[in-house]
Amino acid sequence: MKRKDLLGIQELTQEEILEILDTAETLQEISTRPIKKVPTLRGKTVINLFFEASTRTRTSFEIAGKRLSADVVNVSASTSSVSKGETLIDTAKTLDAMAADCVVIRHSSSGAPHTIARLTKARVINAGDGAHEHPTQALLDALTIRQRKGRLNGLKVAIVGDIAHSRVARSNAHLLTKCGSHVWLCSAPTLMPVGWHELVKENCEFLHRTHSMEEALEGADVVMMLRVQFERMDESFFPSVREYFRYYGLTRAKVERAKPEAIIMHPGPMNRGVEIATDVADGPFSVILDQVSAGVAVRMAILFLMLGGQSS
Amino acid sequence: MALKLSYQLMTAGEVRGTLETLADQIVSVNGGRQVVLLGIQRRGIPMAQRMAGHIGVKTGQQPQMGMLDINLYRDDLTKVATQPVVHRTEIPADIDDKDVILVDDVLYTGRTVGAALRALIDFGRMRTIQLAVFVDRGHREMPIEANFIGRKITTKDTEVVEVRLTEIDGEDAIYVMEKT
Repeated sequence: MKRKDLLGIQELTQEEILEILDTAETLQEISTRPIKKVPTLRGKTVINLFFEASTRTRTSFEIAGKRLSADVVNVSASTSSVSKGETLIDTAKTLDAMAADCVVIRHSSSGAPHTIARLTKARVINAGDGAHEHPTQALLDALTIRQRKGRLNGLKVAIVGDIAHSRVARSNAHLLTKCGSHVWLCSAPTLMPVGWHELVKENCEFLHRTHSMEEALEGADVVMMLRVQFERMDESFFPSVREYFRYYGLTRAKVERAKPEAIIMHPGPMNRGVEIATDVADGPFSVILDQVSAGVAVRMAILFLMLGGQSS
Repeated sequence: MALKLSYQLMTAGEVRGTLETLADQIVSVNGGRQVVLLGIQRRGIPMAQRMAGHIGVKTGQQPQMGMLDINLYRDDLTKVATQPVVHRTEIPADIDDKDVILVDDVLYTGRTVGAALRALIDFGRMRTIQLAVFVDRGHREMPIEANFIGRKITTKDTEVVEVRLTEIDGEDAIYVMEKT
């Protein structure tokens, strides 16, 4: 990979996306071995710097790093000097001074990883910044879709839920439209970002919006449900959870509108009974746990491509 | 870096004949025991496939096959100029106590085979690990030797031995090229 940092899908080319997915596909085999480890990144230090709660992304990066023999260190905001008032920039410079090779950062402010990337020699991977981007999630979603559907172009993908607060929706919209699939953003009017149609600059003919879940799901190949992010909501966006579920929750009856072999995705963590019914989440078309497995492979691929070859 | 043809080492017929000879030697040395042929990415794979086919016809039993990519085990990964493309690794599930034949096209510094040995250790404890190559061109940098050699030649280190196989390159031939 030519670039120093992985900050978002927006700036990636289709070739770069496919390079990551192809590499991830070959690295998947490592996780099936009796000894799930290769010595490739021996002596490299990866720091997980998480300013927001996370189970799967942090664990996934940690496992990915360890399967490649990198030394992985976890720093969470609540137990670090951040709680003593240290600024983001000072924290980043401190970690850089310890000769970290790679910093994986999650932060509630959009652009935080970009600030750190400018100030550190270490390579920076964005593991989610505010409502901006979550590139590794979109890449693992793409790997899951490609392995199930055999392609990434010409698909109808419905992304349903809290679009306004979702970095997953943004990264996925960039990735899937770049690859030639139609993305339908669907949410209640209060949860649709104002400038949704400016989200992708090129390929804007691939991006659609609707407030009707039935329209979004009609003939869809992929249904991607988003979590309602109550923690980011400082006002009321819908009258009640029951009403939300009635209009925007995924039930078996609504799945009927999608193609017969459509797959159901969710980036997790799920709010069962809010955006997705339990029988759908655990049903035969759900690939939610495949997404988790793909996540380890995609993060291994990114660490390998960023730290493996000659770089700086 | 441009390459100029020095001479052709093997024609298509010689390539096929050499593969069959190698396969016959593997069968006779291993005295009827079932072997596992592991091709090293990339040209070791079609070599191993063809040898497996030949052994299958000869003995009536198709040997197990596998493929190995050594890029994750390279000792120069952080120094190489261009990032290697990692290809597929597929090792048969139960490889413990088997006789494994590593198959590669050219034996040169020995570092590829060294990396392959490091990789294999992670998959179990094989009864033996043997090595079959098309061409041994000398210039070893590690104490590694092949058990089965198609052709042993003396080369200058400015030369490149180019093995071409139909499955990958559209023809069967081996050329010795000179860097210019």
